[in-house]
Amino acid sequence: MKTNDLILQTVTKVASPVIFLFSIYIFFGGHYSPGGGFVGGLLASGAIVLLLLSYDIKTVANILPIDYKLVVAIGLLIAALTGTGALVFDAPFMTHAYQYFDLPIIGHTSLHTAVLFDLGVYLVVIGVTMTIIQTIGESE
Amino acid sequence: MNNIVFLPVLLPFLTGIILIFFSKKIKAQRILSLLSVILGIVISIVLVRNVHHQGIMALEVSSWEAPFGIAMVADMLSSLLVLTTSMVGIAILVYSFYSIGIEREKFFYYPVFQFLLVGINGAFLTGDIFNLFVFFEVMLMASYVLLVLGGTKPQLRESLKYILVNVISSALFVITVAYLYSVVGTLNMADISRRIAEAGQPGIITVIAVSFLIVFGLKGAIFPLFYWLPGSYYVPPIPVIALFGALLTKVGLYSIMRTYTLLFYHDQGYTHELLGILAIPTIIVGVIGAVGYWDLKKIIIYNIVIAVGVIAFGISLMNEQGLSGSIFYMIHDIIIKAALFLLIGVMIKITGTSNLREISGLLNSYPFLGWTFFIAALSLAGIPPFSGFTGKLLLLRGAVSGGEYVGFAVILLSSLMMLYSVMKIFINGFWGPPSPSRPRPYADADRVLVKRLLFPAALLVAVSIVYGVAAEAVYPFISQATETLMQPDIYINAVLKE
Repeated sequence: MKTNDLILQTVTKVASPVIFLFSIYIFFGGHYSPGGGFVGGLLASGAIVLLLLSYDIKTVANILPIDYKLVVAIGLLIAALTGTGALVFDAPFMTHAYQYFDLPIIGHTSLHTAVLFDLGVYLVVIGVTMTIIQTIGESE
Repeated sequence: MNNIVFLPVLLPFLTGIILIFFSKKIKAQRILSLLSVILGIVISIVLVRNVHHQGIMALEVSSWEAPFGIAMVADMLSSLLVLTTSMVGIAILVYSFYSIGIEREKFFYYPVFQFLLVGINGAFLTGDIFNLFVFFEVMLMASYVLLVLGGTKPQLRESLKYILVNVISSALFVITVAYLYSVVGTLNMADISRRIAEAGQPGIITVIAVSFLIVFGLKGAIFPLFYWLPGSYYVPPIPVIALFGALLTKVGLYSIMRTYTLLFYHDQGYTHELLGILAIPTIIVGVIGAVGYWDLKKIIIYNIVIAVGVIAFGISLMNEQGLSGSIFYMIHDIIIKAALFLLIGVMIKITGTSNLREISGLLNSYPFLGWTFFIAALSLAGIPPFSGFTGKLLLLRGAVSGGEYVGFAVILLSSLMMLYSVMKIFINGFWGPPSPSRPRPYADADRVLVKRLLFPAALLVAVSIVYGVAAEAVYPFISQATETLMQPDIYINAVLKE
């Protein structure tokens, strides 16, 4: 039986970009307010799961042609290299650094290498969640 | 900067990550992981040398000062264990090349192998009790994957049990750390030790010490908590069993050694006596299993349990000879257990069975395998020129000076039974006429493959011989490790920089 899920799909089209934006907001707010890489990553994969619920696996794979196992590896690599970078500057592993910059639109901002580490966490969380869900979804 | 302390963890971690990117290109996977473990051995040799010359090295990760950040601490015990781990790792990796099979290799065998090394090395090197938990989990997650990889029916059954046991023990670990934190208010091991010493170990700390014994006893298979081990270690392929049998239980024992010498040493009449009381039945149970079974894998698996008991007994003595005997024996046991598992792996490969009653007369066709196994067997039992001897001798002397005559007798008798159990393999498997059921016994096995499989095992046996013969040269390192364990102040001052 083919049900008509027009309403679900339309709502998804509106809702998923909002969830993605919220995930990015949470990710960048992590240093000063509750949030960070872990929740941000979960929210982003929540948006993808919503897409999976309203469409099927093939369609979503067409929209986002990503191998999530590689996302995990890239995330791990970013996080590990952020820590390893300290070795180059003859500091103990995982020593972070920050600096204030005057950026064109945002203005006076501090940029911290911990964000790079968090980006790694963000990608790993998305990769792991989506690998689990897709693997379970595809297996017969 | 002391960043070298972290390199034994970082190197396999980066290698493992990079290996994920091309999981289907097996040749590149093999070459890269081999290069990584070779580099690992170089790093750990440098680490041992540095610790030998400069004393304990502590790295304050992230540049946060000691009790507030995570400290990675390399004392002599940790660095020797890291060195042993990388030596065993290289042999098992080479063995895996020829025996693990293309199906497993394509599904992330080598990355997970590297992540297991991350967990083990991290657990040996950390100076923070919660970080120890995290590295335990890294190690256990990797071991779950290695145990279930391949997906045969017995593997699925046993990994269910293994995961269940370890999830429970990990939960217990977290609860125990929570208790400890609520009492002392710190997680850095040196700082915990200092605060326990200030409070003089009240009753609640002794309760926590016993909880830690239960947690690490579950991981390290001490007497009433060993029940999961024989089944779980029986099912995975040989290189994985060798990796587990040689290293995983030793991490539990190392943790007992670390906590019982650094943190909970004020009420030895209770905690250490309890450890001693549990160690003796561990040895006895192991002996019963090792003598009772007629299965190659089971015999060696129960020999792990015996060794766990012997090492735990050495820790419970808490005198210099007992501890140095324990350390000596632990390193010997890591090497020789890996070698024995690899050797019986070759035997199983040739004969196609692990039932000892169906094997006989291997010595005719494979003399080198036979005599290598013979030397490994003698070394396991502790016959003088080989490596098992010195450790046990020190342990026995420690037992005498501690007045533990029951333990003394049990260890001596257990050596006899260990010798019997492995000689049973040698006599029944290698001597005698080739089994009558086969017309041309074992000649049809792939000789090139057998030679390749035998090479890493023989290498480990050679290392073990050198370790035994050159005990005089090794001893300064062991006694340096013992000195740190006997005097926690050395460790505390090195970490907290007072």
